[in-house]
Amino acid sequence: MNGIKLHKKLEENTGLLIFGILFVSAIGGLVQVIPSLYDESLSTPTANTRVYDAVELTGRDIYIREGCHVCHSQQIRPLVAEVERYGPYSRAGEFAYDRPFLWGSKRTGPDLHRVGGKYTDIWHEVHLLNPRAVVPESIMPAYPWLFERNASQAGNIKKKMQALKRLGHPYTDDEIANAAAALDGLLEIDALVRYLQMLGTGYDESMNDMEGM
Amino acid sequence: MSQNTKEIYHDHIVIRLIQFSLFWVIVAMAVGVYLAAEFIWPEIDFGQFWLSFGRIRPLHTNGIIFGFGVSALMATAFYSVQRTSHVPLFMPRLAWFCCYAWQLIILLGGLSLLAGWTSSKEYAELEWPFDIAIAIVWVCFGVVFFGTIANRRIRPIYVSNWFYGGLIIVIAMLHIVNNLAIPVTIGKSYSLYAGAQDAIVQWWYGHNAVGFLLTGGFLGMMYYFLPKQSGQPIWSYRLSVVSFWAFTYSYIWAGPHHLHFSAIPEWVQSLAMVMSLVLLAPSWASMINGIMTVSKAWERLRTDPALKFVVMSLAFYGLATFEGPMMAIRSVNVVSHFTDWTIGHVHSGALGWNAMITYGTFYYLVPKLVGRELYSTKMANLHFWLALAGTMLYVLSMWAAGVSQGLLWLSIDEYGQLSFSFREIMAAMSSYYGLRLIAGLIFFAGTILMTWNLFMTMRGQKTVEVTPPPVAEKYRINPSPKPAADHTGTEVPA
Repeated sequence: MNGIKLHKKLEENTGLLIFGILFVSAIGGLVQVIPSLYDESLSTPTANTRVYDAVELTGRDIYIREGCHVCHSQQIRPLVAEVERYGPYSRAGEFAYDRPFLWGSKRTGPDLHRVGGKYTDIWHEVHLLNPRAVVPESIMPAYPWLFERNASQAGNIKKKMQALKRLGHPYTDDEIANAAAALDGLLEIDALVRYLQMLGTGYDESMNDMEGM
Repeated sequence: MSQNTKEIYHDHIVIRLIQFSLFWVIVAMAVGVYLAAEFIWPEIDFGQFWLSFGRIRPLHTNGIIFGFGVSALMATAFYSVQRTSHVPLFMPRLAWFCCYAWQLIILLGGLSLLAGWTSSKEYAELEWPFDIAIAIVWVCFGVVFFGTIANRRIRPIYVSNWFYGGLIIVIAMLHIVNNLAIPVTIGKSYSLYAGAQDAIVQWWYGHNAVGFLLTGGFLGMMYYFLPKQSGQPIWSYRLSVVSFWAFTYSYIWAGPHHLHFSAIPEWVQSLAMVMSLVLLAPSWASMINGIMTVSKAWERLRTDPALKFVVMSLAFYGLATFEGPMMAIRSVNVVSHFTDWTIGHVHSGALGWNAMITYGTFYYLVPKLVGRELYSTKMANLHFWLALAGTMLYVLSMWAAGVSQGLLWLSIDEYGQLSFSFREIMAAMSSYYGLRLIAGLIFFAGTILMTWNLFMTMRGQKTVEVTPPPVAEKYRINPSPKPAADHTGTEVPA
């Protein structure tokens, strides 16, 4: 039976057409995506990569809420210029606890994967309150409301950590019980800066030896 | 009330969906223009969280794709599936439910994005309550669409219906798999996948949402309305068969080209690159089929603004589906990735292809639906040139910006040091961003003109009642409930 005859059968039978489309479109995903989900080299954290603590997790969710990923990537490519500009290139294991991933698709602003420790806390605070005060050319928006809201207002941290624990993040019961207290007295800006300052700290020198660089 | 028993196509819902589509294109394009202005005057969010770039950018993309795009696709799918099946819609009430439920999702979903509810995944930003609602409406859409096809009175299922069917089935699969998450609160959930795996799943979705919605769905529109508008049958049936199955098979592999040089396995990237290049063939097959279909009716281009839009959209479709595979080549992607080139590419597709083919289809369809000439052909011609100028300026400015960014970021001097700081390169983009804002304004002005034109065409008119014409004996299947006595196939004014 040639292709056109086979197609004739499909185009005269609604059920076959539905099945045909589903089958043909599913092949790519089955071969390409499903094996990746079982590839442990993608899901095993690097030696220095740990789960986000209550404050960092809150900061990360604020980062998502404000759409920082819309203009900032967190994915340093293994290219000389990128490594020189941003630091060691990104490894899969560093993102093992990132739900969702925040690699981004656009760099209106610079990559942030290794921004942790690059600037002081106070620099970040000034920058987020008035970007042009520290970077005159900047076209980043200001985020004044982060300085008015308590970190505990940015979602139910206990429930968040419980949900992540169900997904396999190794939080202890103690950590979850003390989560709310950890946010006491902090503003949203403090949580966000704490998150920014730990970005990229999953890296350690041994990764280079491992890959023979 | 014997009129009530007369079998007519459900076209009122088509008009309503076109109106919603026009509403969303105005809203979402206005947001787009505002976003373009924020690139130049970052203070114009006035410190209001709900005007902040990061929150309204997804409002722009979702409003265009799901508000404008899907409403237009639903409208044209409902219109064409009835004509190609020679039978009124299956479960028309369910079709009306799809129509209004979808608009409610876009409205509330849009507000939720402003409130900061977001999964962060591109084109899948809406949080889990909306994801569930979308899945329900989508299944209902499928029931109406495939139910109508199952009830058809003509044996073959026409080409446009394969593409609309592909849209419904594949988007359902992608949407459900990509949005699997554990809910925490009403507006927050955590993805079932983490890190690199989450990235692979997301771009399997993201790329194919573009593929089966913005490419395949609108090809369904092309395959029905282009032959209608040009008065010519599709040039090659064989080519449409081959291109449909090749398209459906190969598109799905290309997603990870959005993740070149990232921390995903090399084989996944290479496979995606090769399949992206393969994709050029079925993509262009449909363009060639479309262009050859019009080739016997070129003279119509002088007088018919609707056809002009559709033919121009095919040119941009060809451009964008050539550019895409080129950008998927790793050595090109190393320059284009993360830059405004991507934004230019998306808009050559979204403005040049999706918007233009939809505009052309609306200019053809609305007068037909209400049984009145287009309010102003002059205005439609002016709109054509505004749309073309706006798209060209947009794409050219973003190409220039993107290629500059890509090359300057990678530039290294003779001492092995970076030639330019990030902020120097960013500052150099301001004139391109200015041009982009002007381009957006021009395109937006044309869209407003069209909305006015179509509104004036529809004003005070009732939907024309159309009865399914009889089917030739040779192709008959599921015969009509009553003999086709006065079914002449002509339109009866209301």
